[in-house]
Amino acid sequence: MEIVNFAHGEFLMLAMYVAFFAWALGHLDPLLALPLAVLALAALGWATYHGLIRWVLGGPMLAQIFATFGLAVFLRAGAQFLWGVDFRVVQDPWLGGRVALGPVFVGLPQLAASVAALVAFLGLWRFLARSETGVALQATAQDRQAAALMGVDTDRMYALGWALGAGCVGAAGALLAMYFYVFPDVGGTFALLAYVTVALGGFGNVPATLAAGVVVGLVEVFAGLLLAPAIKYAVVFLLYLAIVLWRPQGLFGRW
Amino acid sequence: MSQTLAIVLASVLALPALAAAQPREVVLGVVYPMSGPAAQAGVDNKAVFELAAEIANGATDLPFPFYQRLKGMPGLKGAKVRLIFADHQGKPDVGQAEAERLITQEKVTALVGSWHSAVTATMSQAAERHGVPFLNPESSSPGLTRRGFKWFFRTSPHDEHFTQVMFDFFRDFEKKRGVKLKTLGLTYEDTLFGADSGKVMKDLAKKHGYEVVLDIQYRARATSLQSEVQRLKGANPDVWMPTSYQTDAILFTRTMKELDFNPKMIMTQDAGHISPDFIAAVGKDAEGTMSRAPFSTDLIEKRPVARALNVLYSKRAGKDLYDFPARAFTGMMTLLDAINRAGSTAPDAIQKALIATSIPGEQLIMTWDGVKFDETGQNTLVKGIILQLLGGKYHTVYPFDVATKDVLYPIPAWKDRK
Repeated sequence: MEIVNFAHGEFLMLAMYVAFFAWALGHLDPLLALPLAVLALAALGWATYHGLIRWVLGGPMLAQIFATFGLAVFLRAGAQFLWGVDFRVVQDPWLGGRVALGPVFVGLPQLAASVAALVAFLGLWRFLARSETGVALQATAQDRQAAALMGVDTDRMYALGWALGAGCVGAAGALLAMYFYVFPDVGGTFALLAYVTVALGGFGNVPATLAAGVVVGLVEVFAGLLLAPAIKYAVVFLLYLAIVLWRPQGLFGRW
Repeated sequence: MSQTLAIVLASVLALPALAAAQPREVVLGVVYPMSGPAAQAGVDNKAVFELAAEIANGATDLPFPFYQRLKGMPGLKGAKVRLIFADHQGKPDVGQAEAERLITQEKVTALVGSWHSAVTATMSQAAERHGVPFLNPESSSPGLTRRGFKWFFRTSPHDEHFTQVMFDFFRDFEKKRGVKLKTLGLTYEDTLFGADSGKVMKDLAKKHGYEVVLDIQYRARATSLQSEVQRLKGANPDVWMPTSYQTDAILFTRTMKELDFNPKMIMTQDAGHISPDFIAAVGKDAEGTMSRAPFSTDLIEKRPVARALNVLYSKRAGKDLYDFPARAFTGMMTLLDAINRAGSTAPDAIQKALIATSIPGEQLIMTWDGVKFDETGQNTLVKGIILQLLGGKYHTVYPFDVATKDVLYPIPAWKDRK
């Protein structure tokens, strides 16, 4: 869609708050709150497109960057204003503890989160590759004008793209809330890694992002375990830089 | 014509001089993290700073002699204290920019700040360059008072005082319980706070004959601490000694539980591990965590000044007074006392008054022996205590003569809990 959402981290933060408040006020486990978070965030993505992105889409690149960046600052400050600066944690979610996979211990919430992420990925992939709407969406992303000429309602596709993207963040946020703390600034921690992952795989290529995500995760853990924990992110970013120098479009990117 | 102009010019030039002679306002710049990962520290401190200003302005009453003497700032003939709050977001560059702005544009008399050692370092450089007094109530990096600065004053103990208390505790605890702690595992975050704390812990471990079996500097605000905890688990030290801010402290505790890491003793460097958020978020899983501290909420009942202040503070902040606001208050009152004695807002008069500071211990909310600065600007009458998280609250466990609870040791393994 050729627009980067710099408020992606803040969307994640909002999804985590949805899961947290569903637990704190409605006694809903984050697993049950997941559909709620997906719907709420999809609605937010849709509204963001219609309220903001549509108006800057034709504008210069800088206007687009500032619009989503401004949205990020607004959401972060708004969250601090409404819910304060305290760190909040969902206590005793259904999934807790760990499972032994051979000699390795894996946290159960993390395992569930990765399984759910895989399911979401397969769903998204099938939708994009197989369904007519998915193909129309891809066409819009590749060339808006050509897609419009073929009779695709690109405005709707953009809105759908935003709703889908935000909905996925909604799922991620609800899963993450099972084991990570929530506070207004939490998005920034993940957003940078997310951009690096997407850029590493290649913008617009969903399976490549999955592969890149696994690479980033492995590099992070092994750099921390075998080298020094202080430089684990340095290794991740170094790898990213090396790959981007070699292939500016990312590992599997087409353009 | 030129005569009129000269008169006008002369009177305009004379105005600031008159204003300086009889200040009607004392403007102080207060810079803390009000947003970002440590915003809670700034927001909780803001409430106590406002109380301090009200006490000085006579709007709020704290019925103890030291505070009564300050009432209405008699030294400045009733000048009003006005605080300008600024947010440094935990970033050294932002802190420095705010310090410059407050000094050059808002013309503040003095600066107070700023929690993070790394930010205090850059902000106080700006203050030093402009010749403006800087009072630091809480940053614990020892190096801050070793830069030969003339305008920098710190009321709180630093990491050497604190870490020494930990090793004193180890010695006395081993004697009392007849156990032997031999190996230490250190994890510390990678900003100035963690780096300095790590260095001090290593030095003292060597001096006191403990073996450091794991020494990890980790990336602050990590999204995952799995590899760090795996390494801790592998090294299995007698005492795990982490230095972390809130975010990492919470994540460490959660990851420990997931990965079944069972340290028998956890001795932390305050900060993240002592914040109310940490206790609210993972307090149950952090049972038995110990921390050095200059103040503990359970001491409020034992100290009349702290009790009186806590009544005012809890009404305003919605929570009990704890370490951060307690130290912030002590720092601010020390500065206000110096300005009052200086009887002027001139920087050198305040500097002179700060050097002459002598506040008796019983007038403080802290358990210190008082406030008195040495030539580096460090308060020499500080004292640290050791706390332990028991039943969701931090209790004083050392020195043994002021302890309110016995030490829980060893911390039960995860499989034996509830």
